[in-house]
Parts: sequence; C-alpha cells; structure tokens
Amino acid sequence: MGDFGNKWAKFVEIFLEKNGYVRVLEGLQNTLLIAVCGLLIGILIGTLIATVRVVPKYKRLPRVLNGFCSFYVGLFRGTPIVVQLLVFYYVLLPLLGIRLSGVQVAIMVFGLNSGAYISEIMRSGIQSVDPGQLEAGRAVGLSFSVSMMKIVIPQAVKNILPTLGNEFIALVKETSVVSFVGAADLYVAFSYIGSNSYEFMVPYLVMAAIYIVLVMGISLLVKIMERSLKKSDRRN
Amino acid sequence: MIDVINLKKRFGDTEVLKGIDVTVNKGDIVVVIGPSGSGKSTFLRCLNCMEDPDSGSIVFKGVDIADPKVDINVHRRHMGMVFQHFNLFNNKTVIENIMLAPVYVRCQEQKQARRGKLKGASGPGTADAQAQTEPAPVLTKAQIKAQAREQAMELLKRIGLEDKADVYPSTLSGGQKQRVAIVRALAMNPDVILFDEPTSALDPEMVGEVLDLMKALAKEGMTMVIVTHEMGFAREVANRVLFMDDGVILESAPPKEFFAHPQHERTKEFLSKVL
Repeated sequence: MGDFGNKWAKFVEIFLEKNGYVRVLEGLQNTLLIAVCGLLIGILIGTLIATVRVVPKYKRLPRVLNGFCSFYVGLFRGTPIVVQLLVFYYVLLPLLGIRLSGVQVAIMVFGLNSGAYISEIMRSGIQSVDPGQLEAGRAVGLSFSVSMMKIVIPQAVKNILPTLGNEFIALVKETSVVSFVGAADLYVAFSYIGSNSYEFMVPYLVMAAIYIVLVMGISLLVKIMERSLKKSDRRN
Repeated sequence: MIDVINLKKRFGDTEVLKGIDVTVNKGDIVVVIGPSGSGKSTFLRCLNCMEDPDSGSIVFKGVDIADPKVDINVHRRHMGMVFQHFNLFNNKTVIENIMLAPVYVRCQEQKQARRGKLKGASGPGTADAQAQTEPAPVLTKAQIKAQAREQAMELLKRIGLEDKADVYPSTLSGGQKQRVAIVRALAMNPDVILFDEPTSALDPEMVGEVLDLMKALAKEGMTMVIVTHEMGFAREVANRVLFMDDGVILESAPPKEFFAHPQHERTKEFLSKVL
C-alpha cells in the first residue's frame, strides 16, 4: 500500500504543481466539446436523413435522395471512426485545401458519424409515431415538412430519448481516439501526466473515474428530460 | 361545391374505386354506406387527396385538386377531416390542437401578403390568400395567437369542454377526443367536413354525444360527407345516401326513398343485414 501512496503522491505533484490540472481541464473541455457538438450535428443530419427515408417515394427526387442517404449511412457505419478521422485529417481535407485543427476535424467527423447512427434511431422513432398524426396534420392543410416538424418529430424524439442518450454516452467514450489527429482530449492530458512521472496507474484510474462520472451525469440528464417530456402521456 | 368525375384508384393490383361520379352541393349532407372493403373510406380520402387518385378529377370550388400541380395544402384548409381514430396531436394540449393550424396558416398568409405588397404585384397563387388578409390590418403573431385562442375557447365552450383546454388528449375519453377533433376541423372555417367513420372507434355510450354535435352542425347548414355505419343517423340527418359496393356507387337517393324502396338487389341484401 505504501507503493500506492507513493504513486498517488507523484500524481498529485504533477497534477497540481506542473500544471497537470490545466491540461486535464483543457482535455475535459475538448472531450465534451467534441461529443456535444458531434451530437448536435448528428441529430441535425440524422433527422434530415430519417425524414428523407420516410417520405413517400412516388417521385424521382425523393428516390435519388434516398439512394444518397443509404450510401452515406452505409459508408459511415461501415468504417471505423479512427479510419474516418485519419482519412479526413490526412487525405480529404488536405486534398480540398482546407486547414482545420484536430478538434475541428474531430467535431466534424463525430458529427457525420453519429448522424449515420442517429438517422436509423430517428427513423425508428418516426415510424413509432402513429401515421394518423401526420395525416391529421396534412388534413388541416399543413405541408409535409411542417407536419413533420411540429407534430411527428417532437413525438419521435420523446420515444427515442433513451436511445439517443445511449448514443451520446457512446460518443463521449469514443472521443478518446481523437488524439490520432492531434486533438488534446482527456486521454492526452492523462498520458502527459503519466509520462512525466513515469507512472501510469493512477492517472489512468483517475481518467476512468472521470469518464464514469461524465456518463452517470448524462444518464441522469436523460432521465430528467424524459420525465419532463412524459407529461403529455400522463393522465391528468 | 365538390364535383367528382370518373374517379379511379387502385392499390397495387386491386382496383378499389372503379369510376365514381358524385356531386356534393353546398349544404348537402351526404352519407356513404356500404360493406367493408367497398371503397367508401378510400373514396372519402380521395376527396381531399389524402390518397392521390389515379385518374379522374375532383373539382372543389372550381379547381381540380386531383391535379398534382395544385398546391393541395391551400385547398385542404377549406376541407375539414375527422378520422375514425381521432388523431389528435398527442404532443399538444387540447387548445393547442385547435389553434395550431389556424395560427400557422394566418401567419403564413400575412407573410405572403407582406411579400406581395413589397413586390407590388401578386402571383396567381397568392391572390386567394391576399383577398382574405388585405382588408384586415397587419397583426403580430401574438395578436393572431390571441384571436385564435379566443376562437378556440368559444369552440370548446360550445362542446362543453372549456375546462379541458390545457390538458393533453391522452386524458380525454373517446367521445371527448372526437368532439375536440370535430371543432379542430371547425376552427379552420371549412366549407365542407369529411367524416371517416367518426363513431366506429367509440364506446356505445359515447356515440350519442358525437352524433349530437354532428346533427347540430348539419342544422347550421354545414356541408358534410360522412362515411358511417350509423343507419339511424343516416336516416335522420342525411339528405342523400350513397350505397357503395365493390368500388362503384350502386345507389344514390334521399334517405326516405333509399331505406323504404332500395332499387338494387345488393342494396336490399345489405340493408336486410344491418337494419
């Protein structure tokens, strides 16, 4: 146990005295930034794709759009996120002549990636809403998109909220690979502490604890949101 | 008001409507009856293009709304629809259900009118909307909402549910839901209301309250097209009964004649079963 005390002391020393905490805070900020922005972009893209996929397909345009969307989903679900990060950072963006920081690329890739997953979640959510709801909206003279926005999607989101929370949790954890493109997240911060003290046990344990606290916080948040959205289900 | 000319509709290989010709005049109360699978619901849903007809035309106030180039949303605002399963918006309170479409439509119309004024001329599509909004002073969204709320409260008072204004539909009984659905249609000041088996999903004891409301509307001269299995209601309220079977209208007559002297063999058979 004395051994552990020693390791703990080393960790605290670097954490406090050599500005380790600054790096950890920065890392935490980047992790959350990537996860939250990724989720928001993902919800936006996912909702758009899901809507395209449920549009009736009598006409040509919806069919073409639908084909494009399935291609997109197939592409982003079919490759590992690390590969996507590397391809965007080292291949696509340089080819297009766009210069972005690691964090920016990570936000973009996580947004595009989670968009593919959320589109499927959102589609099942939209399909779980009684088709009569859309019909009623159309019958009072609202267009397809207005009926979707005002009536169907709010109900769909309520139904998929737990799954969406899951996706957010997965996203927070997956961000631990962004160091591949040079973004400084929690992992980078604790590696720094570890390599400065030649001692990795405590830093990585603390890192694990931070992730657990983050995830527990998100679960709690989702539960609170669920409860407030449930009010239209409850009797009186 | 509505002229249906040679309306045809098929789902896959089955031809559901095989050429329907009907005219609905202002103030008509047309009841459509027939065995299940005869196409009566499909016919009703074609009237406001909830199902796109395959061929034929539906002329509503001089415009063929079966034409895909027509902006169907504008015309649907003048045709209310009441569904078998009520279809109240579950994520909105009762009063929001009633206000949603009127508020949205009036805001859109004002936007269009303002744009029309800026351009100094209006396209053919906006002429209708402008004619309605031009005399009224320009209102803010809050004013439109307040007006719509007042109107919605009046409608709710009429059906005796003003105390339910701020609850969600899940707390209402079936009969209450259907009455709210009817006043939701009324809130758009429609020229005609289409009823798709409005009492079929109700407990027997709640059928009366919905039929009473429909009777009251009929007395006020509302044009209605009603698909129903309520023969008593058809006899009492309708001024024309259509009997549909196998995608065609077999018989069309005033209710007295229809129930006393059905012409067609198939009609007699059907009536002998349901009466």
